[in-house]
Amino acid sequence: MLKLINLLLITRDRKHCSISFVLVGVVYTYICLVNALFMKNIDIKSLEEKFQKKIDADIKIEPNDWMPDNYRATLIRQISQHAHSEIVGMLPEGNWITRAPNLRRKAVLLAKVQDEAGHGLYLYCATETLGADREDTIDDLHSGKAKYSSIFNYPTLSWADMGAIGWLVDGAAIMNQVPLCRCSYGPYARAMVRVCKEESFHQRQGFEIMTKLASGTKEQKEMAQDALNRFWWPSLMMFGPSDADSKHTDQSMKWKIKRHTNDELRQQFVDITVPQAEMIGLTIPDKDLKWNESTKSYTYGAINWDEFWQVVGGNGPCNKERVDARRKAKEDGKWVVEAAMAFANKRSAKKSA
Amino acid sequence: MTQDKKDWPLWEVFIRSKQGLNHKHVGSLRAADSTMAVENARDVYTRRQEGISIWVVPSNLITASDPSDEESLFEPSASKVYRHPTFYDVPDGISHM
Repeated sequence: MLKLINLLLITRDRKHCSISFVLVGVVYTYICLVNALFMKNIDIKSLEEKFQKKIDADIKIEPNDWMPDNYRATLIRQISQHAHSEIVGMLPEGNWITRAPNLRRKAVLLAKVQDEAGHGLYLYCATETLGADREDTIDDLHSGKAKYSSIFNYPTLSWADMGAIGWLVDGAAIMNQVPLCRCSYGPYARAMVRVCKEESFHQRQGFEIMTKLASGTKEQKEMAQDALNRFWWPSLMMFGPSDADSKHTDQSMKWKIKRHTNDELRQQFVDITVPQAEMIGLTIPDKDLKWNESTKSYTYGAINWDEFWQVVGGNGPCNKERVDARRKAKEDGKWVVEAAMAFANKRSAKKSA
Repeated sequence: MTQDKKDWPLWEVFIRSKQGLNHKHVGSLRAADSTMAVENARDVYTRRQEGISIWVVPSNLITASDPSDEESLFEPSASKVYRHPTFYDVPDGISHM
């Protein structure tokens, strides 16, 4: 091709030369484009195959490694929504910090809520390793584009709810998060290891509150039972839609982002939690719940999926309140962010002067 | 390093878990300057006595090797087994070697 162009260039006939030159140029560009497109497809296909081989061999994917666009997008969506859940999750419990029944409970609750903030930050950090902008993902939460765990859209009406949340909500979260410690994406898996280590204190402190209340006065026991009644079903919904309705599960399992299906984890949660409730004398609010000797697990009643989709869709009891609170926190804190940056800029300018 | 950006820059955090061990990368965070980065790192990464010393480095100052260069960078050392003591035969009866 270059030879041809050279040949044309040395042609004396200027007029003919320029016309042919343009023609050759057009043809050349066309060939290049087709070639590039073709090569790109082959290239991506082989990269994808290599990528899947790594996944199949349980080799972790790290931030600078090549990954399919969809893998990246799926992780950004999942990890940022996980981060939002941690941050929004501070609100229902934050509601009771000033009204904790004693200093010990208050110190514990404060530590737990601070942990949730930390978990959110580990996860935003993991999201940023994928090239996502932290503030953009937070703005997606505020605009309603990004979701968070539906459980935090339920109100915390009594102190016993702190017990129910620690025991059930953190219990369900642990069940979800333990397999994520083996997720194929390195930074997410590492963040999950830290989170899981801290989460088990959360569950124990919740169960302790429930145990204390359940063995207390009649009113205290009723309070504990009432909290269990309100949080049981929303906790089961935390595992997400049933396998038949879960659109992301197949691909996520293939990529080893997810290791178990929603229904598997939900069943595991029920089997572990039911005996705990019995132990402290509380009743699971499910009249269809019964032990199945052949499967060695509990059969539970039908989940109200209408309620689940309503809450996910923004129509839960506290959706508006939660997102408003987060949006307000960002707006009200804006001047602090700007002032700190201005101060840092001024100081570094002084240093370099 | 002057940044006239609105957003706080990203910092990589390294923690020494105890005297005698290396600082190890634990994650990243956002902070306006290095002082704030150390303070935030304390709150985010050492709530349970995970560290006794913190380093923070602006993320954009880190130069990393390219994963696609992995072979040319690290493959050469794979063929040099003679760099390991197990490559050599030590006669029976020789000790302290």
